Amino acid sequence: MTAPLPISLHVNGERVDAQVLPRVNLADFLREQLKLTGTHVGCEHGVCGACTVRVDGEIVRSCLMLAVQTQGASVETIEGLSDSGEIADLQAAFRDRNALQCGFCTPGMLIAAQDLLKQEAEPDRERIREHLAGNYCRCTGYQAIIDAVEVTAQARRGQKP
Amino acid sequence: MKASAFSYARATSVLNAIELLVAHGERAKVLSGGQSLMPAMNLRLVAPELIVDIGALRELRGIAVSGGLVKIGALTRHADLLKSSEIAAQAPLLRDAVAQIAHPAIRNRGTIGGSLAHADPASELPACMVTLNATIVAQGPAGERRIPATDFFTGIYETALSPQELLVAVELPAAPKNSAHFFCEFARRHGDYAIIGLAAQAIVENDRLTDFRPVFFSVGDRPQLAKAAAGLVKKAVTPVLLSEVSKALSEELDPPEDQQATSSMRRHLAKVLLARCVAALLGRPDLDTGGAM
Repeated sequence: MTAPLPISLHVNGERVDAQVLPRVNLADFLREQLKLTGTHVGCEHGVCGACTVRVDGEIVRSCLMLAVQTQGASVETIEGLSDSGEIADLQAAFRDRNALQCGFCTPGMLIAAQDLLKQEAEPDRERIREHLAGNYCRCTGYQAIIDAVEVTAQARRGQKP
Repeated sequence: MKASAFSYARATSVLNAIELLVAHGERAKVLSGGQSLMPAMNLRLVAPELIVDIGALRELRGIAVSGGLVKIGALTRHADLLKSSEIAAQAPLLRDAVAQIAHPAIRNRGTIGGSLAHADPASELPACMVTLNATIVAQGPAGERRIPATDFFTGIYETALSPQELLVAVELPAAPKNSAHFFCEFARRHGDYAIIGLAAQAIVENDRLTDFRPVFFSVGDRPQLAKAAAGLVKKAVTPVLLSEVSKALSEELDPPEDQQATSSMRRHLAKVLLARCVAALLGRPDLDTGGAM
């Protein structure tokens, strides 16, 4: 029974049928079998947040979910959010504010930030910090990231930063 | 690191899950939200031969309130508890505790049953179950078994569950009128494992505490109800009395030393938490002395 199992799911809106070994986590499945390498693998035990993706609309750690658990689910990765234009303004704000340097944490950071912005129109800096507390960044010192999320929230409310 | 190889079975019903557990015993592990099991497997701290995935058992998910009892299905996620108006009204201690569990992405997957069955001494929900006098409902080959939370946690990652049993639900009494609760934990960063924490509930009448249940976590191998706190019950609490009780609490606790804190630091923080707790429950900021006692 350690043999590959069939799974069917949607990834970024496209149907995927695949065979996966039970031990393969969702992050490795996305990266190695589907070649969606925007999902990054950092700590592999749920601490760093670099592997954050959306499953059925909610953010999860893809290193803490088995690929076989996504049977029938809809998975969205940074490639999907990026290509659809859903987070174009957030990405632009990250660029403008220098909210990234090496970029390793950025996909997870963007997905976690978008998750907050979808739920709350007016998050203050404390709320932004709280929501992103599970995502490590070792370059920026976080201030610029908070700035970028804050100005995106303001812009989406129709305010000039 | 990556998890070692294992077989995988998606349980189709509670009975099917129990059949699998009976057939494979300790070689099997139940996968619920996976937010504790998956890290442990990725770090190769555990290497089960078979994973029994109960994630598709919808009947194990949900919150129901009736006759003064709150029943929470094992697969109810931390995110569900946090958003639930029933929990906010009937078990507000849980809402406050869940807000301290890890981060949104973890709370979207982690479940109450998984957290309780995992029984990490630093985790929030086991302590809350002891505070609230919850009953853990387990199902096994011989049928249903109801275990008081006070008997359920037996050691580090150890519970009263047998390898053939599945935790299916918890039941807790709805918070009585004029009850007050307190939840606080110290961690180096919001969402990290607690250095020490306190989950408490009490009835407050005429500025006195009755039915006071302060339960500390991350002070030993399981949640610990502070017996010394009985000295505060039905009494007019003065700084002197609180100081005496704090001293007794200090003698009662024998917290471990680890990378996060020494034993004496945990003892000190326990006193700080107790003072904050009593001050908050009684609405007496003067009693919160910051542990200087």
